[in-house]
Amino acid sequence: MAEHDTVFTARGLTKIYRMGEIEVHALRGIDLDLYPGEFVVLLGPSGSGKSTLLNILGGLDRATSGHVSYHGKELTGASDRELTEYRRYHVGFVFQFYNLIPSLTARENVATVTEIARQPMKPEDALALVGLAERMDHFPSQLSGGEQQRVAIARAIAKNPAVLLCDEPTGALDSATGVLVLEALERVNRDLGTTTAVITHNASIAEMADRVIHLSDGHITTLERNASKRSPHELHW
Amino acid sequence: MLALNRKLFRDLWWMKGQATAIALVIASGVATFVMSLSTLEALTVTQAAYYRDYRFAEVFSALKRAPEPVRLQIEAIEGVQLVETRVTAAASIDIEGFEDPVTAQILSLPAHGRPLLNQLYLKQGRLVEPGRDNEVVVSEAFAAAHRFQPGDRLSATIRGRKKGLTIVGIALSPEFIYQLQPGAIIPDFRTYGILWMSREQLEAASDMKGAFNEVTVQLVKGADPALVIERMDQALARYGGLGAYSRKDQISHRYLSEEFRGLRQMAIMFPVIFLGVAAFLLNVVVTRLIDTQREQVAILKAFGYSTVDVVLHYVKFVLLIVLLGSALGIAAGVWLGSGLTTMYRDFYRFPFMLYQLRPALAITAVLISAAAAVAGTLWSVLRAARVPPAEAMKPAAPAKYRVSAVERFGLRRWLDQPTRMIVRNLERRPLKAALSVIGIAFACAVLVVGGFFKDSVDFMVDVQFRLAQRDDITVTFVEPASPKAMFTLARLEGVEEVEPFRSVPARLRFGHRTYRTAVRGVPAGNRLYRLLDTRLQPVALPPQGVVLTDYLAKILGIGVGDRLTIEVMEGNRPVREATVAGLVNEFIGVSAYMDLEALNRMMREGPLISGVYLTAQRPARPAILDKLKQMPRVAGAAMRENAFQNFYETMARQMLIFAFVNTILAATIALGVVYNSARVTLSERSRELASLRVLGFTRGEISFILLGELALLTLLALPVGCVIGRQLSAVMIANMQTDLFRAPVVIRPSTYSFAATVVLVAALLSGIAVRRKLDHLDLVAVLKARE
Repeated sequence: MAEHDTVFTARGLTKIYRMGEIEVHALRGIDLDLYPGEFVVLLGPSGSGKSTLLNILGGLDRATSGHVSYHGKELTGASDRELTEYRRYHVGFVFQFYNLIPSLTARENVATVTEIARQPMKPEDALALVGLAERMDHFPSQLSGGEQQRVAIARAIAKNPAVLLCDEPTGALDSATGVLVLEALERVNRDLGTTTAVITHNASIAEMADRVIHLSDGHITTLERNASKRSPHELHW
Repeated sequence: MLALNRKLFRDLWWMKGQATAIALVIASGVATFVMSLSTLEALTVTQAAYYRDYRFAEVFSALKRAPEPVRLQIEAIEGVQLVETRVTAAASIDIEGFEDPVTAQILSLPAHGRPLLNQLYLKQGRLVEPGRDNEVVVSEAFAAAHRFQPGDRLSATIRGRKKGLTIVGIALSPEFIYQLQPGAIIPDFRTYGILWMSREQLEAASDMKGAFNEVTVQLVKGADPALVIERMDQALARYGGLGAYSRKDQISHRYLSEEFRGLRQMAIMFPVIFLGVAAFLLNVVVTRLIDTQREQVAILKAFGYSTVDVVLHYVKFVLLIVLLGSALGIAAGVWLGSGLTTMYRDFYRFPFMLYQLRPALAITAVLISAAAAVAGTLWSVLRAARVPPAEAMKPAAPAKYRVSAVERFGLRRWLDQPTRMIVRNLERRPLKAALSVIGIAFACAVLVVGGFFKDSVDFMVDVQFRLAQRDDITVTFVEPASPKAMFTLARLEGVEEVEPFRSVPARLRFGHRTYRTAVRGVPAGNRLYRLLDTRLQPVALPPQGVVLTDYLAKILGIGVGDRLTIEVMEGNRPVREATVAGLVNEFIGVSAYMDLEALNRMMREGPLISGVYLTAQRPARPAILDKLKQMPRVAGAAMRENAFQNFYETMARQMLIFAFVNTILAATIALGVVYNSARVTLSERSRELASLRVLGFTRGEISFILLGELALLTLLALPVGCVIGRQLSAVMIANMQTDLFRAPVVIRPSTYSFAATVVLVAALLSGIAVRRKLDHLDLVAVLKARE
């Protein structure tokens, strides 16, 4: 497949952290392509390098060597300003601990993004998409964990990003609530066609993916394509 | 070292920026405290030692002339231990190469060497020797102003007779620590000096053979000066006594006392401000520190540390900062204090200065700041330490917010999300926001207080010398003269306007209250010496009755329409009565005024004048002064312009140093408050700000949220600070109201804007420091970590 048809192309990515006097090799040569509209799950134990990979793809971190490009544009040597702009207009993030702004309501949290994006949805529409049309004017302290995470998803997708990167989105949630969150992600992926990458160490979530990438010790060990995707409400853990 | 103590030092090192900022604020408070009190102690101790060692008299009286044996009558008064009589004379002085009019007070020295009272401290040369003609000792300030050395010559005109004199010594006297020409408000060492001659010589020069015209007294320990004064007045009445007075009315001593009072006030006010701010800062910082360490606290408690252990741990943390600040403050305070004492020694010309820091003072400073700091933090420490471990180990619930009042009033639509964040953050913790505003406001206030004194003095001098007194040269006669004397002066070449005045020394009495001053006669249609009302408009004197300075009326407890008793202290010493016809507002001195004709009628002496105000173009003045010097009946001539020019030259350096120190101290507060607020906010919000960075906000945009909040606090603080500054100035002034002067609260816009500028610059610097931290925010680490 030609390069411009991929969302991300990574070649020979390595990442070395210097933790005091020891070097940690978080990534040891990753080659990876992500395609438009696909739902990918990155699976691996902690320390396997999956978060590092996601952070590099999302412009939060820089690789030590190798190349990564987004729609044919090189991210590897980008400046801080360019990375900020990249995150601002192209990427949506969802984290394990939601990271909502406590002083803003759900709607306003989403508005933080729509106010600076180029062609955003209305905050209300983004919240409706994750099933929170009724709780838009609540502050984070008035929302449950699952609701907070869905606000975070709404906030991530409201800018109409090309990619949605999720780091353990259900990690802090119980199973039932987690399913609601995954349903929201699936719906975004299906309805908006947003390329979605989800990091998890929860193998059952892999069943809802188009492709599953297994990481271990900084390497991609296997890459598998699910013949049939399952919907989130069929998942249990 | 205990592990917990090790943690203490690491925490401190980790928070070194904030700890330093707080330590500096504490240091400022301790420094002002130590500086003011140690200087005050040095001055008090030095003054006491100087007074004691050089036998400063306790009661003084001037009189017209009494034969020497009258001394025995005074010695016989109960309570009197030692009496010394002397001769004093006013003289005009000629110094080669110096054109301005110079006057001096010449005092006699006894024939037998050292005086019994008011002894001289010889800085150079020797005392006058009996039998040697025309020797003189001069006061050091006067000598320094003219670079006199022993052996130099000058000439003095005493009672119209010119006399060549040789300087043999340069000396200091406890009587003239503050050297002020009678009637002047500011010292001018170039145009006024104190000279000492041998008694024999001065008696001859001033027609006082075998007589004296001044007496000074030392009292028996525990004697009541009031009783002695009364008996002395009785004894001296027939010799033209001008009324005895005690030390507290002695002019040098009074000015010194006022200065000490101002210093004592500074010793209280500034440390209170600084330590209050420091307590608040510690509260904010320690509260935040404990918030971030709630899990550590929980673990310590789970391991079996008691609440007391935990509390002590954080109290130690606070005390370390206090100790650091106090040590710095004591060092700075001693440095500033010894500098200030040296400045005072030079200004007042003390022969020596006993400066030392009493350990008790240093310990008091440490204890006060420790108490303030612990009081500021104890509550939050206790609250954290009391939480059960299991609860403390759970992550803190998201902070509760609500839509702010500003938004509920309909502004919401106009505010973007970052602005809403700023407003809601401030509103969520209104007390903290208010205290931050007050903290910054005090920085501004300290600067206003520092600048206001100069503004007030400027205003006072301007009113006195431009609006009230508008002559160029004030001529005073040796004794009251007929109006013809004025016409003689008016005919001098170059003189444009003349205006006579009469000045009658008197004791004013109403009921049991008395006050010594002079009744001034002012002619109708006065232009050169004017009385002003509260709006600084000239007021005309009523043809009858007496007009008093409002402050004098307060001292006497008298009101308009009451009858005032005037006990005249010259001539036949008549006792008269006059109705108070009105009050005037004056900033400098207190006086009683009458229409010149009404005063002369009351005195029943015919039309007499004590002196003349005159105006003349600048080029004509030297010739006029020259002629005045040759007139035997002219006691002195003062140029108005010189008076305040010299004053400003003397004061400028002191003002500058004071302003500089003050600016640094205030900037410390501003920096301390803004920087700590910013750091704490940064720590509280780093997660939020990192989230926004991930969402694509630029560094500038997230800086706006953090620094915008600080900018808002700072801007709110400026007007508050100006108001507090004005109030503090008013309090300071109110405590310094005396009959010597009553400075009005005048603060120029430039003082306010300077204060605001310093605060803004300090805030900006803190902003830049925090912005740098913000630029290095580790997005990944912040977001992955659980709060």
